[in-house]
Amino acid sequence: MSVEVSARSYWIGYQTILIKEVTRILRIWAQTLIPPVITMSLYFVIFGAIIGRRVGEMGGMPYMDFIVPGLIMLSVITNSYGNITSSFFGAKFGKHVEELLVSPLPPWIILAGYVSGAVFRALTVGVLVWLVAAVFSGFHMHNLLVTFSILLLTAIVFSLAGFINAIYARKFDDISIIPTFVLQPLTYLGGVFFSVSLLPGVAQQIALVNPIVYMVNAFRYGLLGVSDVSLWLAYAIILGFGTVLFAVCLNLLSRGVGLRS
Amino acid sequence: MNALEVSQLKKTYKNGVEALKGIDLTVAEGDFFALLGPNGAGKSTLIGIVSSMVNASAGETSVFGISVQKERSRAMAEIGLVPQEVNFNQFEKPFDIIVNQAGYYGVPRRIARERAEYYLKKLSLWDKAFTMSRTMSGGMKRRLLIARAMVHEPRLLILDEPTAGVDIEIRRSMWKFIEEINAAGTTVILTTHYLEEAENLCRNIAIIDQGRIVEDTSVKELLSKLDIETFVLDLRAPVEQVPSMDGIELVVRDATTLEASLPKSRSLTRLFRQLDEAGIEVISMRNKANRLEELFMRMVNLGGEKAA
Repeated sequence: MSVEVSARSYWIGYQTILIKEVTRILRIWAQTLIPPVITMSLYFVIFGAIIGRRVGEMGGMPYMDFIVPGLIMLSVITNSYGNITSSFFGAKFGKHVEELLVSPLPPWIILAGYVSGAVFRALTVGVLVWLVAAVFSGFHMHNLLVTFSILLLTAIVFSLAGFINAIYARKFDDISIIPTFVLQPLTYLGGVFFSVSLLPGVAQQIALVNPIVYMVNAFRYGLLGVSDVSLWLAYAIILGFGTVLFAVCLNLLSRGVGLRS
Repeated sequence: MNALEVSQLKKTYKNGVEALKGIDLTVAEGDFFALLGPNGAGKSTLIGIVSSMVNASAGETSVFGISVQKERSRAMAEIGLVPQEVNFNQFEKPFDIIVNQAGYYGVPRRIARERAEYYLKKLSLWDKAFTMSRTMSGGMKRRLLIARAMVHEPRLLILDEPTAGVDIEIRRSMWKFIEEINAAGTTVILTTHYLEEAENLCRNIAIIDQGRIVEDTSVKELLSKLDIETFVLDLRAPVEQVPSMDGIELVVRDATTLEASLPKSRSLTRLFRQLDEAGIEVISMRNKANRLEELFMRMVNLGGEKAA
């Protein structure tokens, strides 16, 4: 007797994708969890401890404290995006994505499973980087709810963006173009290392078009209580991007773009 | 109820290739059905549409009365697919591959583990259950595809050339397993290049060529259309000259083997009498295998001529 399609069967399907993703991330921890922690530790040592001493204060606080939220956010963004592109494109390239495509799972469950896996990796890396940061600057927590919600929403937004990249990618080179030429510049110019209030008039206006500025600043507010932008505007922008990207992902998956003939 | 109903199914790919030109097909529940056709005939496109991997350009497909186009999820729950190419993650273990596949179909993990063990044992793969699947042989990978397709216990099992490149012993064990599944009530649709497999296993058959069904009947009915039979004759001594016989085609295969093709209505006694008169002594005789192959070639060639 075949299985019945129900909310419970979808829940089992979602759990299966998530367990598979988490198992994969933990199995290759030396590739997925440790490198970003080492990179961020070097940032803390060089920009925080060595150069930071000469910079003095930024946004009314020691430079080391100022860069901690941005560097945590940087690792969350790159890991959520990178996880889903490599995992989903790998499944496409190896053809085992067909296991999911011929199954009864609807597109939104497949998407939810992969996004949850990417969020798991992003948050795990984020927490590890935070622990390393605590060694250099101690623990700070201004608002736990804002901190956690911004971290989670940012991870979801970049997982969705990475999913679109994976759908359109035809070769492995295609999944490194966006992170190198779009994501990295936007992140580095997104207020990780400096306050956008330091920029001259026009440059400041241009910087405020970058959505990552809002993510970094809202997260900085959660940890330290300071921000260059309105918190509610930041939430609105993140939720807006998340909704649009989710709709695009679902549309692409439902039409089978890059997946079905 | 029919396991599969296909109505006026058409598929034109973006590059303009018209893979299916309005196909109608019905497969009854419990059937062991063969879908045959030359490469590029449209078999894989048809299977792709049924399994929702390919979007149809027009027409309807339903599985046990459930529309693939309108109720994809419910329809897919009824199907188990063994694809032509190995498409599992070769860096995973067979046990995990099967348990995960069961999960995609909503089978709870505890039951999935029990079924994974059952099907891996049934297909003689249990000793490889926890090794990396990429280390398995080609035949083992093919059997793993079958175990994976069966783990959610579908009512319709579709096998797309499952025995390609598999040695005879493993092929037989695979067919024994599939026959058991069919006997237990699962409908089986098979595409294969080994036509004797279709002849021996399947009850009904459809031949597809250039995007059209050129024959859809029972294997028995189809074989009855074969009005010429070919016999292989083993001779006691090498034949020096092939005698000419009216209405019988004699072909020398090697010095002591002749192939005689004659209409079914023709008496074999007459053939032997004429051979005896020509001084040719026959020591044994057998039917030439691959009767279906002959018909297949005829059907496909006919389809090609019609299309031209």
